[in-house]
Amino acid sequence: MDPSATDRQEEFRRLAREQIPRLYSLARHLIGDDAEDAVQDCLLKAFQRYDQLHDATAASGWLTSILVNCCRDRGRSRSRQPEHVDFTDVEEFSLFRTIAYEDPFPYSDTLHLDFLREFGKEDVHAVLMRLPELYRTPVVLVYMDGYLAREVAAMFGDPLGTVLARLHRGRKLFEKLLWEYAEENHLLQEVAR
Amino acid sequence: MITCSDAVKRLWEYLDATVDHETRDAIEEHLSRCRRCCGELEFAEELRRFIAGAADHDVPDDVMGRLTQTLEELEP
Repeated sequence: MDPSATDRQEEFRRLAREQIPRLYSLARHLIGDDAEDAVQDCLLKAFQRYDQLHDATAASGWLTSILVNCCRDRGRSRSRQPEHVDFTDVEEFSLFRTIAYEDPFPYSDTLHLDFLREFGKEDVHAVLMRLPELYRTPVVLVYMDGYLAREVAAMFGDPLGTVLARLHRGRKLFEKLLWEYAEENHLLQEVAR
Repeated sequence: MITCSDAVKRLWEYLDATVDHETRDAIEEHLSRCRRCCGELEFAEELRRFIAGAADHDVPDDVMGRLTQTLEELEP
């Protein structure tokens, strides 16, 4: 085998190995239980296309875009029906105002922070998984993985305005789902404190 | 001059630095005189940290083992 090809393969393995923890975490929040399979798909596709990556410093974003597409493919094969959300109530919802109005912890001086402290990582994961994929992906990429909205737009060839609109709706829906999850799971009971 | 409602609608975009200069200045002017919106801003910042803090880069050993093995077995 061409020695330079062998070097490239080793370079890919080293680079991909470093990214596995981040990719797996990302996949878990994007596709849930199929995360391991999605990362496997991603590694395979990235290996096949490694000659398309000309700048190793761009590897993180490049792998992320491949992973997101692998997650979308798996999501599509799981469900043929696009998830529909009625945003009429969502647009008007404010988690900040709802917490202040409902006052779940009347003796608290830090009401809003106390509300968030009721959630463990698995709770946040569960709420994110309730978001439709269209909104979950930008929310996870921007607020969890630290990408800028314009980087996400460039990653998928979407207009920046489209990404910003999905982020806005994703955040609003996330806030509403957070409150509903807290109610359903009895996280707001003062007696538990 | 913008209202509380307008300011709150754009708070996350303001934090994401995706608003134009004019909107940013208007929000900052509003925040300088509105305690309630400052509370909303602090909560929005906290919520961003809350989502970021839920990222978990620990991969179970068996999963890491299988993914590493996949990498080693990749053939052109």
